[in-house]
Formats: sequence, structure tokens, C-alpha cells
Amino acid sequence: MNTTTAAKDTLREQDAGTSQYLTFFLAGEEYGVNILKVKEIRGWEQPTLLPNTADYVLGVINLRGMVVPVMDLRKRFGMAEIELGKMAVIIVVKVTHSGRGRTIGMVVDAVSEVYNINDEMIMPSPDLGSTISDEYVKGLATIQEKMIILLDIDYLINEGMLKDAGNNQE
Amino acid sequence: MAVNLDMSQFHEIFFEESREGLEAMESGLLNLNVGVPDPEVVNIVFRAAHSIKGAAGTFGFTNISRFTHVLESILDEVRSRKRGVTQELVDVLLQSVDGLRYMLDCAKAGAQVDENRIAAIQESLENLPVEQQPKPAGWQIHFIPRPHLLQTGNDPYRLFRELKALGNLFITPDFSRLPGIDKKEFDPENCYLGWDLLLQSDAGIEQIREIFAWVEGDCDLDINLSGERRQLVERRRRRDDESADALLESGRGQEQASIRVNIDKIDTLINLMGELVISQSILNHAVTDHDHDHDQAGRLKEIVELLEKNTWELQEQAMRIRMQSIDFTFQRLPRLVRDLCRSLGKQADLEIFGGTTEVDKTVLEKINDPLVHLIRNAVDHGIETPGERKAGGKAESGLVEISAAQEGGNIIIKIKDDGAGLDTGKILAKAREKGLITGAEELSMSQIHNLIFLPGFSTVSKVSDVSGRGVGMDVVKRNINDLGGSIELVSEQGKGSAFTIKLPLTLAIMDGQLIRVGKEILIVPVLAIVESTQVKKQLLSAVAGKTEVYRFRDEYIPLMRLDNVYGLSSDLKDITDGLLIIVETGQQRMGLLADEILSQQQVVIKSLEANFQQVSGLAGATVLGDGTVAMIIDVPGLIRHCKGITAAHTAGNTALLP
Repeated sequence: MNTTTAAKDTLREQDAGTSQYLTFFLAGEEYGVNILKVKEIRGWEQPTLLPNTADYVLGVINLRGMVVPVMDLRKRFGMAEIELGKMAVIIVVKVTHSGRGRTIGMVVDAVSEVYNINDEMIMPSPDLGSTISDEYVKGLATIQEKMIILLDIDYLINEGMLKDAGNNQE
Repeated sequence: MAVNLDMSQFHEIFFEESREGLEAMESGLLNLNVGVPDPEVVNIVFRAAHSIKGAAGTFGFTNISRFTHVLESILDEVRSRKRGVTQELVDVLLQSVDGLRYMLDCAKAGAQVDENRIAAIQESLENLPVEQQPKPAGWQIHFIPRPHLLQTGNDPYRLFRELKALGNLFITPDFSRLPGIDKKEFDPENCYLGWDLLLQSDAGIEQIREIFAWVEGDCDLDINLSGERRQLVERRRRRDDESADALLESGRGQEQASIRVNIDKIDTLINLMGELVISQSILNHAVTDHDHDHDQAGRLKEIVELLEKNTWELQEQAMRIRMQSIDFTFQRLPRLVRDLCRSLGKQADLEIFGGTTEVDKTVLEKINDPLVHLIRNAVDHGIETPGERKAGGKAESGLVEISAAQEGGNIIIKIKDDGAGLDTGKILAKAREKGLITGAEELSMSQIHNLIFLPGFSTVSKVSDVSGRGVGMDVVKRNINDLGGSIELVSEQGKGSAFTIKLPLTLAIMDGQLIRVGKEILIVPVLAIVESTQVKKQLLSAVAGKTEVYRFRDEYIPLMRLDNVYGLSSDLKDITDGLLIIVETGQQRMGLLADEILSQQQVVIKSLEANFQQVSGLAGATVLGDGTVAMIIDVPGLIRHCKGITAAHTAGNTALLP
């Protein structure tokens, strides 16, 4: 299986205040998540349908015996749907919230790079309207003239997604 | 840098050990006889308090250590016999155990301790009146002279006088050997009497034996430590299993080699095991498919078969790590019975059998509430007051028995009381009043008894703060059903009731029936399946044009199209091509319409909650032999859901999905 483990060791050499971010594409925009949250990146596979949940919950996959839900970030952010192509991947992240850890997969168009980003480089985001609540956005960073939207993944998954996914039931 | 050693990693161990210590204290205190405490039991309680105090001090929980210090000093006085054991003392000590538990819970949760509550307990501890003179230990003397005793010149009265010099003496004569006065065999020079003597005294057994030295050959003599202690010893002898001893010896003999392991590590191991089983079955498929004539093929098959056997064994052993003895739940019950008896003015003993029976941790956690409920019911409504019992010719003290045993893949828990039993007249009257039955039905005894499990049987639940017979019994039943188990009841008026609970040993594995709906594979628990049948059009009808019902045998059962329920696309062209799986929980039946029925296999249940959340209509998921995930249907949930739909339809609501 095409599994890549993030190289976490390199982080030790970084200066204080600098973190590594894994970036990925969604409809041409580049998003970043803290690499320490990323467990692995998997190639696209059709998840098993999970009934009675929100539409952006695509289903569940088997991650070495663990049943892991997969979310479609495009659908979540209200972007146009596309046929998931060869480049599509599932980024498996470990999110924690009130002491409870969850492993969840996010489908994105393609992975991009790993960047070192210092906290000082992160700028607060302007009001983004309702599609992406600014609560999920940690800030914006500029790398080589490109804008990268840094996501607060713990918050996005736990507060945003699971709560909404739950609202769709009963 | 090392100064800032992170202590929090040790806290978890401290909490765990203290919890065990508190349990040892509690069971010790419950076994402590007023008046004649067993020094060993006092020691167990003292040692437990002492270690909690020490550890609390080390980890900086000063409030716990200070409180335990007060407790410990009192226990020390009891230990050194400076203080007698009174009912009041035991009560206050038990309260202190509760107080300590509360403080530990607070410390664990990082919450603020309600100082007033603790201060109140501490005050009652400090103000305990010291009963300087410990009540003398007693001796129970069973003295039956031979008929010729008087002829040898010995006078029992003289013996009693000498005994009386040693302490308080209570004499109960035994007339059972006395022949009728009109009968010829009565010889006025013979002694037909026997005596049961209770001597409250510090005297040693030698002193007593000395008094009886002259008559020893001329009587049956039995000298024992008195009263409750003796009963306890007898009871211990009577029980052939270990649980009674475990109660007395908890804290003493528990030095079996064991290690503390984080449950996550075990679950990871079990997950990996599940994965290994899957890889193994893939390998198995591959080998079977490649059935070439190679010489190697036969040998390869053998190896794979061996591997399969080992893998299954390994998995079974891994599952056993999660098993815990049911004593974890049972050991809280004596306290419950004791407290209930005191608040209700009743007398009852709780006997526990088979406490070492092992069951999965999850089952253990979920069975606690139903058991507590049943025990409460047994004491509150089963056991009569001492007066009523006496009038009914029973011992004043009632008996509640709880036992556990393993039978195949199930665990059987029995709860039995020798109380009043169910009043069938009252149950019938109540069921009619609530409209659960019509007046005309002829019901068998067991059908009447089972009425108490019906929802709505008891609506007076909140009237008594303890329980009502039947209060929440539907909930007890549902909880047990949800665990994949069943509950049965036998009761005889005036003699008592017995509940038998059957539970699966583990929730992690079950027998599953694979079915196909469209492209998806779903799993129905085999336990819930009554039978599967081809759909016959003439048996199918609709109610209100929407809800479909199917005539199965002599009843109409609701039919659920799984493709609708789960939003799948079925490839059935005609309903008669499909298969109907009749499932049931409790009294309710339902038909599930599937495209195809596949094989049956054991599946490892994976919770969806672990990484996501509960999903209505699903009991979980599992990983199939080919590595894909399949959903497990929550049959009780679907049936409840189905009733909801019927209700919604009648209310004009057409929503099909929850």
C-alpha cells in the first residue's frame, strides 16, 4: 500500500516557534495542517458507505484493523464535487479533543509539500464568510508568493464536523 | 531539571491502588462482627488505610493523607483492642470509606473537594465514643450430657455456676431429647436435657475445658467462638467455592503475579490480532485458489492450516486478557444489601458464588446497573420484614444469593431470594389497570410473571426511593438485551423469586450472518435471527399505504426494506426475488428485506464511536476477510426505530429516516 510516514525527527532541529506543515490542494487552493497531526497518507480507495450520517462523511475504511471514518473536505467546505482522480489521497490525521483521540481520514485533491513555517509568519485571516468558519482557520501564511490556509484540524474535525454530522441523525 | 519530575504519570497508579485499597476496606468492614472482631480482618482494613495514607502523602494529596490519618488512628485503637467494635463505629468507618472515595474521585478529576462534607465525616470520626472495655469475646458451648450424667454425681448446675464466674452466661435449654412423660421409657434418674450456653468472657478455651474436665467423658461437648463468627465459619465451610474466602482474604492472598497494563495497549494488541486473522484468511483463500498439481501445493496447504489454528488460538488468548473476574461487580453488592436492610428495617444476608467467573470488561461495566437494580428489588420487595418472615415460618433473616457461572460462550448470572415471591393477583390487576392486557386473557403463571418486563408496567417508579418490584424492569431487560443477552424469571408466591441472566462472554466477537443489499454487505447478528424465508407476495400487505407488514405464521410483522433504511440501492427487480430475514428482540419481531443471503462467520465487532460517533441503526462495523469494512445491523435499534416510524406515520409524518 502506498503509505508514507511523516518524518517527524527533522523537527528537532527547528527553531522554537517553527512548525512543519503538510499542505494539500482543494480546488486549486492550498491548505496546510500541522504535520504532527498527520499519521499517514493513503491512496484513494472507495470507503464503505456509512448510512444516516452527513453527506460529507463518505464512509469508513479499514486502517490496519481500525475502522476509520473518511470525510470529504470539498463537500465540507461547500466546493464543487469532482470525480476523485488518481491524485486524490486520504490524509489520515489524529485529532484530540477534551482528552479523547480520534483517527479520521480527509479526502483531498492532492498533497503538495511540507513547509517550515514560523509562528511569526502566520497572519490572522480576514472574515471568510460562512463557508469556512474562521474558527477552523488558524491563519494565513505566504510561501513563495503563494497563500497557504492553515487549518486548525482539532477544531475542524471535533467541533465542526462531528457536531454537524451528528445533527443529521435522529 | 530532574527536580521537576512529572508525578502525574504515577497518579493513575495511585488512584487505581487506592481504589483497590478502599474496596478491601469496605469488604473487610462488612465482615467485621460487632463485639467480636476477627483480628485478621481488622488488620486488613488497617493495612489498607495505612497504605492509602502513605501513598497520598507521597503524591502530595495532603487532604487525603490527613483524613486517612484520623481514620488510621481509630483503626489502630481497634487493632490494639483499646476500642471495641460497635455498630456505630462500623457505620462511621464505612462513611469514611465513602468520603475517601469521594476525595479520590475529586483528585482524579481535578475537582474541588467539598470540605464541609469531609469535615462532617471527620468530626463524627473524632467524636466516636470510645467504648473502653471491648465487649468480651464470647464462647458458644454446646453441652449435651449423656443420660447417666446425674448418676455419676455431676450436677450441670455446678458447672454453670463456675462458668458464670468467668463472665456473662446465657443459657438456652434443649428439650428435644425429652421423652413423653406418659411413656414408659422415662427414667427420672436420667438426664434428658441439653444446653446451649453463650459465655461472654475473655477466658481462654483451656479455662472452660477445665470446668468441664470432670464430665468430658459423659457428655457431648462442643466449644466454639460465639455467634456471628461461628456462623461465618460454618458458612465458609458450606460454600465449596472460593468466593467467601475471597471476601475474608481480600488483601491477603492477592499476591498472584500480575501486572498493570494500560487498556489501550491491550486493545491495540487485540486489533492487531484481528488484522492477523484477516491476513491469515486472505492467505488461506490464495492458497486454496491456487490449486495446482505442484508437489509444493499440498505441503503449503498443511502449513497454512497450522497457521490458521495457531492464529485462532492466539486471538482467543488475546481476547482473554480483557476478561476480568465478575467479583469486580459483585464485591460492591454486600454493601448495597447492608445499607438497604438498615434503611428498610429488614434483615438479609447476601451470598455470592462463582465470583471468579471471568467476563469481558465491557460486559462487566454494563451489567453493573441491572444487577444493582435486581438486588435492590430482591431486598426491597422480595425479602419481607423480620416480623412477616417469622409469621410465615421463615428465618427472620432473609437470604439473597447471587451466582455466576460460565456455560459455553455465555455467562449465567442467577439472583435468587427467599422472600415473598411475585404476587400474581397484584400483577394481573395492575396490568389490567395499565391496559397492558385485556381482562379476558388466560395467562400461564410464567406469562403473568413476565408482564413485569413490559414497558409501562410500572409508572410509579419515582414513588419509592429504593425500588418497586417491576420498576424499571423493562429497562433492566432492555439493557440486558442490548448486551445480546436474555433474562428469565421464576417465582413462587411465599417462597421467593429467581432471575436468570444469560450474557455473551464477550462483546467483541459474535456470529454474524452476511447479507447483501445492492453492492453493500451488511451483517445481522445470528442470535437475533428467527428464520429466513422467500418473500411471498400474497403474504405482503400495506398499512395506511405506507408501512408494509408481512404475515409470518400467525402474526403480522413489520417489514423493513434495508435499502430504504440505510439509503442503499437494491438491485431487486421484484420483491419476491428478495429474501426476508425474520429477526426478534424480546417480544418484538420484524422482517428485513435483503437481496441475498451470504455466508455466516464470526466477526470482530469494531465500535464506530472510537473514531467517530454512534450511528443510528448500526451496532458497529467489522472488517471482512477481504479487508473491506462491513456494517453490523443494530436489530434492537431498528425495531425501536420501526415502532417510531409506525407512530410517525399515524401522526401523518412521512419521514423514513431517523
